[in-house]
Amino acid sequence: MIPLGRLTLALILVFLYAPVVVMIVMAFNESDLYALPLQPSLKWFTALAGNEKLIDASRNSVLIAVITAVLGTAIGTLAALALARHAFRGRSVLQLLLLPPIAIPWLITGTAMLVFFYWTGIGRGLHAMILGHVALAIPYVVLVVGTGLQGLRSDLEEAAMSLGSTPVHAFFAITLPLLAPSLIAAALFAFAVSLDQFVVSYFLATPGVSTLPVEIYTSIRKGFTPEINAVSTLLLGASVMLFLVFAVLTRMGEADERR
Amino acid sequence: MSGVEVRAVSKRYGAASVLDAVDARFPEGRFTSLLGPSGSGKTTLLRIIGGFVAPDGGRVVIGGADVTAVPLWKRRIGMVFQSYALFPHMTVAQNVAYGLNRRGIRGAAARAEVGRALELVHLTGFDARRPKQLSGGQQQRVALARAIVTKPRVLLLDEPLSALDRRLRQNMQIELKRIQRESGLTTIFVTHDQEEALTLSDTVAILDRGRIVQEGAPADIYEHPRTSFAAAFLGDANFFRGTVRGEAIDTPAGPIRIAGALPAPGTAVTVAVRPEKMTLLSAGPDPAGNVIDATLREIIYAGAVSTFLLTGSDGAEIKVLSQNRDLAGPAPGARVRLAWAPAHTVLLAD
Repeated sequence: MIPLGRLTLALILVFLYAPVVVMIVMAFNESDLYALPLQPSLKWFTALAGNEKLIDASRNSVLIAVITAVLGTAIGTLAALALARHAFRGRSVLQLLLLPPIAIPWLITGTAMLVFFYWTGIGRGLHAMILGHVALAIPYVVLVVGTGLQGLRSDLEEAAMSLGSTPVHAFFAITLPLLAPSLIAAALFAFAVSLDQFVVSYFLATPGVSTLPVEIYTSIRKGFTPEINAVSTLLLGASVMLFLVFAVLTRMGEADERR
Repeated sequence: MSGVEVRAVSKRYGAASVLDAVDARFPEGRFTSLLGPSGSGKTTLLRIIGGFVAPDGGRVVIGGADVTAVPLWKRRIGMVFQSYALFPHMTVAQNVAYGLNRRGIRGAAARAEVGRALELVHLTGFDARRPKQLSGGQQQRVALARAIVTKPRVLLLDEPLSALDRRLRQNMQIELKRIQRESGLTTIFVTHDQEEALTLSDTVAILDRGRIVQEGAPADIYEHPRTSFAAAFLGDANFFRGTVRGEAIDTPAGPIRIAGALPAPGTAVTVAVRPEKMTLLSAGPDPAGNVIDATLREIIYAGAVSTFLLTGSDGAEIKVLSQNRDLAGPAPGARVRLAWAPAHTVLLAD
C-alpha cells in the first residue's frame, strides 16, 4: 500500500509542478520556439527589463496587492472583532453574508462591480481595482482573524484591565500581539487574492492602467513570447518567497506553543 | 487596604435574577469565602465587586468610598482567575510587572517589587520562564503574585484552586492562607468546595439562589447552620421533622431534645444533627440525651473513618460518621441504637 501511496503522491506532484517547471526552464532558454537542447540565456529577462508595459503592470499589481493587504486586513480585523466580541442585532445575518462572496464566481462579481462602479460614477482604473480587491479580500481576512480570535481567552483582557489597563491599552498590549500570527496570515491571504486576481481586474482595468495578469492575458492574445515566461518566473519566485515567510512564521508559532 | 461592603446589589440576566438585593460586609484584612452551588450568584457577586460586571442596582463600597461607577481599571483590585489568565506572550517577570508598569512603577523599583512578589510565592528564579513552561500550581502562584504585587485594596479569587489536583490543592490552600496572612490583604474567595472554604476562611458566606443565607466563622456556621440548605450544603446532616410537645420535639423517630429554648408547643420544626456527632451504642444502659432505634444498612469503609448508613424506625435515611477505633462492630442488618447530645441538635429556621 505504501509504495502505491507514494507513487500516487509523486504523480500528483509531477502533475502540479511539471507545467511550472517547463515554464521556468523555458524562461532561461535562448530559443523562442522552445527548441531543445536548452541553451541557457537571460535574454528574456533582459527583454522584460525593456518592456514598459509589463513592468508598469507588475508595479500596479504589487501596489494594489500591498494596499489590499493593508486595507483588507485592517477592515476585516475590525469586522472580525465586532463579530467575536459584541452581541448586536443582525450579527448572525452579517456573519452569514460574509461567506457567499467567496463562493460567487469572480466573473459575476467582476461584472457586478463594473456595472455598479459605472452606475455610481466610480468608474474604472487603479482606484476601482483597489476597491474591488479589498472587497474580495475582506471575507478571507474575517475568516482567518475570526479563527485566531476564537483561540484567544477573553479573560486575558479582563486580567489586563484589573491590573490598570484601559480597554484600548489592553487591546494593544495583550490582544494584538497574541493575534499577530493571524493578522500576518490574513494579510498574506489578502495579498495573494489580489496578486492572483485576473477576472475582476480585467473588468476594472483601463487600457492605460492594468495589472500583470491582465497584461499577460492581453499579450498572449497578441502572440506568445518567452518574456511572459520570464515575468511569470519572477512572479512565481515572489509567491514562493511569501509562502515560505508565512510557513516560517506559523512554524515559529507552533514551536512557541510547544514550549 | 480596606474593607468591602455591598449594599442591596442586584443583577438580572434576562428574566433570571442572579443576585437579589444582596448585602454583605467583607472586613478589612480578613479572608472571606463566598460559598455556594453553581448558579448561586457567587461569581457574579465577585465580578461586581471587582468591576467586571455592573450591578443593576445597589452600591459597592471599598474603604468607605462608593466605587460603583469606578471602572475596573481604576478600582485597584487584584484578581486571580479560575484559568489564571496569564499573558502567554510575556515572561513570568513581565506578567508580574504588568500592573506595576501600569501604575508608573518601572525599572529597578519594579524589578525589586517583582522579586519580592515571586519570593512570597516561592518562585524565585522563574523570572524568565513563559507561562507554558510552568506547571498548573506554578502558574497559579504567578497569577497570585501578579495580583498582589500592586498592593490592591482587595484581593479577589475566583475558584483559583479548582483546576489543581487534590494534593496540589491542599498545598496551595496552605500557601494561600500564608500569603494572605503575610500580605494582610482583604480577600474574597469564591468556591463551591466546602472543605476549602472551612479551611481557609475567617468568615464564610453561604449563597443560595442570589441571596446570602448565612454568614459567620467557619466553626460557627458548621455547628449552627440556620437553614436546612446551609446544613446540607456545608457538610452532611441528618434531618428530623416533628412537632414541639412539652420538653421535646415529637418526631416519627422518637422524641428529640435540644439544648436551647424550644418554640411554642404545637410548632412544626426541623432539626439537624451532624453525622459525626452520633454514636452507635454498644450493649449497656442508654446514656442521657437523645437515643433512637435504627437498622444498619451499609458500612462504607474509608481507612481512618467509616460511614454507617442506617434506616430510622420511620424509614428515613440516617448517616453516621465514626472513627475506626475498634475492629469489631455491628454488621449490616443489625438493629442498633443511636445516641447524641441535645447540644448537638440544631434547630433550623425552615
